[in-house]
Amino acid sequence: MRKTKEEKVFNIINLVFMVFFTVIIAFPLINIVALSFNDPMDALKGGIFLWPRKFTFESYRTVLENHAIYLAFAVSIGKTIVGVLLHTFITAITAYALTREDLIGRKFFEVMGILTMFVSGGMIPTFLVYKSYGLLNNFWVYILPVLFSFYDVIIMMNFFRGIPRSLEESAEIDGATPFVIFAKIIIPLSLPVIATIALYHGVYQWNDYMTANIYVNNEKLFPLQQLLFKIVSENLSPTVATGTAVVRDTTSQSMQLATMVITTIPVVAVYPFLQKYFVSGLTLGAVKE
Amino acid sequence: MENFPLEEQPMKKSLFKRLHDQIFYQSMIWPAVILMILFNFIPMYGLIIAFKDYTVLDTIGGAPWVGLSYFKEFFKDPLFWSVMKNTVGIAFWKLLIGFPGAIILAILINEVANAHFKKFVQTISYLPHFLSWVILGGMVITWLSDSGFINSLLMDLNLISKPIEFMADTHKYWGIAVLSDFWKEVGWGTILYLASMTAIDPSLYEAAKMDGATKFQQVIHITIPGIRQMISLNLILSIGGLLGSNLDQTLVLQNSLNYSSSEVLNSYVYKMGIKQGNFSYATAVGIFVSIISLLLVLLSRWGTRKISDKSVF
Repeated sequence: MRKTKEEKVFNIINLVFMVFFTVIIAFPLINIVALSFNDPMDALKGGIFLWPRKFTFESYRTVLENHAIYLAFAVSIGKTIVGVLLHTFITAITAYALTREDLIGRKFFEVMGILTMFVSGGMIPTFLVYKSYGLLNNFWVYILPVLFSFYDVIIMMNFFRGIPRSLEESAEIDGATPFVIFAKIIIPLSLPVIATIALYHGVYQWNDYMTANIYVNNEKLFPLQQLLFKIVSENLSPTVATGTAVVRDTTSQSMQLATMVITTIPVVAVYPFLQKYFVSGLTLGAVKE
Repeated sequence: MENFPLEEQPMKKSLFKRLHDQIFYQSMIWPAVILMILFNFIPMYGLIIAFKDYTVLDTIGGAPWVGLSYFKEFFKDPLFWSVMKNTVGIAFWKLLIGFPGAIILAILINEVANAHFKKFVQTISYLPHFLSWVILGGMVITWLSDSGFINSLLMDLNLISKPIEFMADTHKYWGIAVLSDFWKEVGWGTILYLASMTAIDPSLYEAAKMDGATKFQQVIHITIPGIRQMISLNLILSIGGLLGSNLDQTLVLQNSLNYSSSEVLNSYVYKMGIKQGNFSYATAVGIFVSIISLLLVLLSRWGTRKISDKSVF
């Protein structure tokens, strides 16, 4: 079909808008990277946009000489790996059990799960209860409360339901035990949905600072994001005397930028993989008609 | 153990026998049940402290009942109402800009003819969603600082003569919170719309073009009706979350100079409860927020059902 004049004009305007939009998103991000490679004192003069004016690795060197950041990195990596493995495992076994039509108590378990999606104890009761479990200043507070998520269980259930029942039935006839069927047939066929759940939970674990902020005050247990939160929030100290200016320590500003860039690298690294599962992750979980 | 398909087994077997037969599947569900009880349901029971005088020395069950006195207390607290104003104000602007923003952006992305360029735009626009608010908050503060690129740009264009103190100005906080959230989430917000647009039959557009419909008419009469379900689902979810202000964002962008316009319900509950130990008071505020949110969900659900004759739940 031939394009009308009106369509051509629209396409050009749309193209220009899209370029403008991507610049609005990308420019500020590039600006941060450029700043992090710029000399801290020089950066204070302003006027740095897309490229450092006085190039230096100094900020990165200072950050990487700081031992606290290695410990925080280790905590972040630890909670991400342990969290992803356990969360994905619990999600998979729960979802598989719930897809068995004849599971005794299935309706009851589903109602329980749906309740957890809509009702919660809220911040304070949850805090007090977790405190009584001994989860304050405990590494497992990052892992245990988010092990189970009914959203993720629904996503997996929808995927499992798409696997033909005949595959399981023929394996049963061949004498395979339920465990073998689950481990050797279901799991290998479900790698896309497992990757979706694992990647999303991984990003959650990596980015979460609120759990540490509420439940942890032992700095040795801080993940990278909480360390960064402390740097950002304590760095911005108003000078009460003048009452107006927000003064920031120059060296710590550049360190802060370098830490931010380092912290973001793992997320950017898995981003291409995440992208593969964007739509499946969201639409599999979307409410069915 | 025999391994006949479970559903072919006769129903006359005793419950015990049936449980025994499906012991493998039962053992798969119980870890989740225990997790739900420990981490979801017992904290729900903890909500009763809103009606009790709870201190750190008490147990949740043992604290003395005080009825609604904590609810009365925050209703009389002038600080609570200023917090309420910030919460509703910021949420309202986020909804007003973010909700139509994502729909319009999705429609425009969908119209990009070149598949590679479309993919490129999507890749860039989804990226900020995956940055944590700590990172983004630190970035926002840097962009808006005296030497940040926004002040530099404004000075280069001779629009201002000295840097604007964005983070220290109570009148600018709402705008900063709303726009930074928009920047972070607008691209991500298009995903579900774009996914449901792929389900629209292309022949509808062909037919419309035959009849001489303009682009704008095609959008109004084909694209929007095609994603109507998704629009109402998103609207219900957004309205339900109106008072569930973004704690992650607030704690990072807040400072003592913009406090009066940045304190929202969640950060108020956080400070009152976690930081100051007024557990019962903070829980009462939390319950109030939940009840209002629930009412908003029901109201918007009722409203969208009126509009689209179809329930999304």
